[in-house]
Amino acid sequence: MLVEQIMKTDVVTLPPTATIAEALKLLQKHRIRHIPIVNEDNNVVGIVSDRDVRDASPSIFEKEATNSELKNELKTIMSHPVVTIHPLDFVEEIARIFYDEEFASLPVVKNNKLIGIVTEKDMLYTLIQLTGTHVQSSHIEIKVPHRPGILPEVASIFGERKVNIVSVLIYPYNDDPNFKVLVFRIQTINPTPVIEDLRKAGYELLWPHNILEPKL
Amino acid sequence: MTCNASFIYSDKLLNYHFHSDHPFNQKRVQLTKELLQAAHLLDSAEIMEPRMATDDELALFHDHAYIEAIKQASRGKLSDVDGVEFGLGTEDTPTFNGMHEASAYLVGGTLTAVDQVLQERVDHSLNLGGGLHHGFKRKASGFCIYNDGAVAIKYIREKYNLKVLYIDTDAHHGDGVQWAFYDDPNVCTFSIHETGRYLFPGTGNVNERGIKEGLGYSFNLPIDAFTQDESFLSSYESAFKEIVDFFNPDIILTQNGADAHYLDPLTHLCTSMKVYERIPQLAHELAHKYCEGKWVATGGGGYDIWRVVPRAWAQIWSIMKCNEPMRGSIPSLWLDKWQTESNQALPIYWHDPPEDLPVIPREAEINEKNAKTLSNTLKYTKCNQNG
Repeated sequence: MLVEQIMKTDVVTLPPTATIAEALKLLQKHRIRHIPIVNEDNNVVGIVSDRDVRDASPSIFEKEATNSELKNELKTIMSHPVVTIHPLDFVEEIARIFYDEEFASLPVVKNNKLIGIVTEKDMLYTLIQLTGTHVQSSHIEIKVPHRPGILPEVASIFGERKVNIVSVLIYPYNDDPNFKVLVFRIQTINPTPVIEDLRKAGYELLWPHNILEPKL
Repeated sequence: MTCNASFIYSDKLLNYHFHSDHPFNQKRVQLTKELLQAAHLLDSAEIMEPRMATDDELALFHDHAYIEAIKQASRGKLSDVDGVEFGLGTEDTPTFNGMHEASAYLVGGTLTAVDQVLQERVDHSLNLGGGLHHGFKRKASGFCIYNDGAVAIKYIREKYNLKVLYIDTDAHHGDGVQWAFYDDPNVCTFSIHETGRYLFPGTGNVNERGIKEGLGYSFNLPIDAFTQDESFLSSYESAFKEIVDFFNPDIILTQNGADAHYLDPLTHLCTSMKVYERIPQLAHELAHKYCEGKWVATGGGGYDIWRVVPRAWAQIWSIMKCNEPMRGSIPSLWLDKWQTESNQALPIYWHDPPEDLPVIPREAEINEKNAKTLSNTLKYTKCNQNG
């Protein structure tokens, strides 16, 4: 999946000469946490987060505060240079950036111009879609030997029953390198026939498990 | 206390039939009716014929394009490719001849029940053919084509302008009805169901609370797989009582799926008949306390059609009419007639003998988790009450 498929293109920005007060207002109005700072050519020259703004604001404990700090320009507090990404980057790659760099927002830049933004929240939503839990479906977990050809073998059982697969995830099985766990979400309210077929074919189901008969 | 109640029935409700191997089997409705007759609990004067819902009524909730597609499919004229968009031709909702009329009768049955109650001919009305809560605006799913609950609530809103509380005790999340009224503050939905972690449809999380004006009027209580009577009932009672008090409805519509029972083949909940005695009792009590008795009940899921559903559904009628569940032995007349057709031994008592109930090793853990979920579900109603 590509960044351009998940990025937001409606980006709230400010010039470096705008004040901290303006940034504060926009953060609150749009309920966002990051504002890319752009020059007149729409090049990203910095980024300001809600925490940068908070750090630069007077403490709530200072009763006599004049709020003069809020009149400072954003270029005095913005972070730069900014880590940016390209619309054709892979979502997996930017997940790595979020994890390693510990920030929560990445401006998307093409030909040096800002064209979008991806936040941690967009990333998590993509993850939800990958798990298939956003569409009506039932969940089945199968423990399988870790060997070539196992996935099509198992998947063909779903195909024979004409059951549509919404998502497939492959997890490690504890620390045992000889096995994997296949998690399928399938588009049916009635997984019973597939479950019977899987059992008949000798696969070990982790869900639904066998602890309770006649319940599946 | 006895109440006036009507039982919606016609053999036409049995025409909602996908094929002989399909788990959704409306023979359940006939079995329930005959069980009640054998128990001398259902007089012919109490039985009301359902009408067929009109296209305009279906269109209160469904898209015209969808209704047209169902009509085509009903005559065998919808291609597989054209059906995909509408969720038709799948294993769950295959097409069948006459499916439009059969589905429109189920909806009409629930509308008949609504009119019966709101024109004050009866206090309560029961349409066991309805409760098809997975039907979407333009998509069939989870054995459901037209969503009678959603159409009926739209109908109540338009024709009678009343506040409706929808209570869904099916083991699956009542998603179709929830999404239909997600932004409507005059319709409050509450669904208790097995968590969507494993079970279809997967939604029904506590944090699905509605949007816009409807925020705070959608309640979900997802309980753990293998939940038993005690935890089910204590969470359900607390939630229902709190929600009805918070919302103060004019009428209650209940969806009475009977698939949370330990014998049900499709879900992983482990309740017994005790739950199916208490669920209608509570609806009955609260309908009288808050809505001058106005209560419409429908069927829903339930896939052990011999051992579970007839007993569970007969209790709804027993409570509607006499405010008491049936106890003791199942009438032998009914057992004798149906035992030959069932490949399972039919139950001989109304209740489930305690020794038959499964033992769940993780019970304490499950109960603790459900209690936590309950407090999360009710988090904001409590805030409101405390000011």
